Amino acid sequence: MKVRVGLASCGISAGGQVVYDEFESEISKLVEDKKIELSITGCLGICFAEPIVDVIDDEGKVYRYTKIDKKKTQQIVQKHLIEGQPIDELLINTDPIFAQQVKIVLRNCGFIDPESIEAYEEVDGYKAIRKALDKMTKEEVIEEVKESGLRGRGGAGFSTGMKWMFAANNPNEPRYIICNADEGDPGAFANRAVLEGDPHAVLEGMMLAAYSMGCEKGYIYCRAEYPLAVERLQIAIDQAREKGYLGYNIMGSGFDFDLEIFEGAGAFVCGEETALMQSIEGARGMPRLRPPYPAQKGLFGQPTTINNVETLADIPYIILHGGAKYYEYGIAKSRGTKVFSVAGKVRNGGLVEVPMGMSLRNIICDICDGIKDDKKVKAVQLGGPSGGCLPESLLDTVVDYETLTETGAIVGSGGMIVADETTCMVDLARFFLSFTQQESCGKCTFCRIGTKRMLEILNNICDGKGKVGDIEELERLGTTIKNSSLCALGGTAPNPVLTTIRYFRQEYDAHITEQRCPAKSCKALITYEIIDGCVGCGSCVRVCPSDAIIGTKRKGDVDLWREEHGIFVIIDDKCIRCHMCIASCRYDAIEVS
Amino acid sequence: MKFILSETLTTEEVLKDFNEEKSNLIPMLQILQTKIGYVTREGVYAIAAKLNVPPAEVYGVATFFAQFKFEPSGKYHILICMGTACHVNGAREVLGAVERELGINEGETTEDGLFTIEEVACLGCCSLAPVMMINKEIHAGLTPTKAIKVIKAIRKEEENES
Ligand SMILES: Cc1cc2nc3c(=O)[nH]c(=O)nc-3n(C[C@H](O)[C@H](O)[C@H](O)COP(=O)(O)O)c2cc1C
Ligand code: FES
Repeated sequence: MKVRVGLASCGISAGGQVVYDEFESEISKLVEDKKIELSITGCLGICFAEPIVDVIDDEGKVYRYTKIDKKKTQQIVQKHLIEGQPIDELLINTDPIFAQQVKIVLRNCGFIDPESIEAYEEVDGYKAIRKALDKMTKEEVIEEVKESGLRGRGGAGFSTGMKWMFAANNPNEPRYIICNADEGDPGAFANRAVLEGDPHAVLEGMMLAAYSMGCEKGYIYCRAEYPLAVERLQIAIDQAREKGYLGYNIMGSGFDFDLEIFEGAGAFVCGEETALMQSIEGARGMPRLRPPYPAQKGLFGQPTTINNVETLADIPYIILHGGAKYYEYGIAKSRGTKVFSVAGKVRNGGLVEVPMGMSLRNIICDICDGIKDDKKVKAVQLGGPSGGCLPESLLDTVVDYETLTETGAIVGSGGMIVADETTCMVDLARFFLSFTQQESCGKCTFCRIGTKRMLEILNNICDGKGKVGDIEELERLGTTIKNSSLCALGGTAPNPVLTTIRYFRQEYDAHITEQRCPAKSCKALITYEIIDGCVGCGSCVRVCPSDAIIGTKRKGDVDLWREEHGIFVIIDDKCIRCHMCIASCRYDAIEVS
Repeated sequence: MKFILSETLTTEEVLKDFNEEKSNLIPMLQILQTKIGYVTREGVYAIAAKLNVPPAEVYGVATFFAQFKFEPSGKYHILICMGTACHVNGAREVLGAVERELGINEGETTEDGLFTIEEVACLGCCSLAPVMMINKEIHAGLTPTKAIKVIKAIRKEEENES
């Protein structure tokens, strides 16, 4: 019997480490002939259910336990591991969640031990690079990637095969390959899952890229906010070096390649390829005009290819199974699968990998089981700060590069934030804009000053100080910034604002003309009030940080108390709208209006 | 009282493994930040001398990136996620609660040098939003009350130690 515990960042933060340690100590107490193999694994994609424990019996049948804690661990050890009786109440059937998914990028995440190179080798790991080195020319590798139809998963969606061909055709040497693991979109976590759950797949993808383009050195540019990813990548690199997959004369083929990790230093703009290269060179991460493209003049002035983590993780599959096999998935000009990071108000948030061309509704309402607390989907925001916000009425839109672009949204990083009726669209637009405004590198005027002006207007609207004409001004500024910025940060920054205006104009109007926030979210436009359900328990008074709630605590009968003292009252002037009282009230007796 | 990670480690020792290649600039700043706790003036001058560039250039790079601090920060570095998923799930309320509990604003350090609060864009645990990270350990599924509990527990532990 085997036990594996999901220990990616999501699993650890939900308490997975405690569970793992408990299994370790319990299993060590078992007698010798009850051999149980315990291992860690990455993120299965069903992050809402963490910590996840899989018990695998000798026939290979998987029993999946979710939301496990220390106590449940002891139960599993006693009942399942010792007595051989699976605990039905704690098991979940994940088949409905995975039935419509196709796992290529995430093929090993949540199944293998990411800190073991042998575990990766057991699932055909490093077979693709062996195949390429033994039997394929560099040109054939590129041809295979072209045939797969794979397009860059980092945002722009440029053909990966073409990109590689351009770099390979540049005669200058040395050449470099960079893996973009900056994952800057706040709300996307697919790259993190791959880096933490299957780091060797990224290395193998980079090796194949390096072989096909003749690169001798590679860099993985990983954001510092992912310390576990950096740690596991380093383990993977060390193991690969030791086994001779990296270094000189790899597998006796004469091919030399090595790579190192470069930790980002916390700048969103460094996800942009030219800014990324600047920062590796030791400069401020400011984008420059393209052309020249990195394939022409990249890192240290040399031919360079930059690919996203997900793009690279696809490569070993494509080489091993053939480009044609990958091309079978997807539609039109968008082939293969894409991982979406679904979060926000959705019930089963996590990573979903589906063939391109599936509808948003299918992903959000079926695979992710709709919205928490049985509320309704109001909107979905795709592609983070560069992307757009689509209303419920467009949920039947299918995800492929071209179709989504027509709606004003993008596939982008695959970030998908689902909003319900309590999410204010104006506030969401303001949120994204304040992010891009802060992250603007300041090089070009339109992005630097234009986003600031737009943000001021949005702040005013959310504060109830909006003016008639503000919406038109936002549209005018937005269009100008889009058309005149040097890089895609500015070029896409207005998108969340422009799409929310396009689809939710009435919400902007309500803020401006009626000083009303329909989602009851903008602090300046709402008041808190205690209603009849109040029983005088006093818990709101205890948590209120600004002494804004007055009344006498009840002792004894509710009706008598009501008659004598009246229910608690919130003094609006003192209320800072911190939401603590609502969170503490067990009687739903506080209302926002 | 401020917590400086190492009283004894000198700038020279921290930077000894680097050569004069300019691509070492950010890694050198990072090692200062992790080993000393912040980017010291002395460190900036040492890097400049090693790479043969003006100190202003080193400052120019250091100030560009959010990771680098120019003052020592608290023993417990609280990163509160303000990413999209956390935002729509109430991160503002969590931040507000932590700020009030510690009596400081985002970006500041408590008098006793124990806590620094900082906003961060996303910690990659979006399905468990809202989240915060304290010295590399992630706390998920927060509410204002839960966040305050975490802080109180750390405080108590510190008090017991001293
Ligand atoms: C502001 C900005 C941020 C970006 N952030 C990322 C990122 O975090 N990760 C990424 O892979 N690509 C990012 N990109 C896109 C990269 O510039 C580049 O197109 C991509 O890494 C190429 O890889 P691909 O062809 O595999 O998609 C960003 C672009 C811009 C303009
Ligand atoms: S948005 Fe907070 S962890 Fe991603």
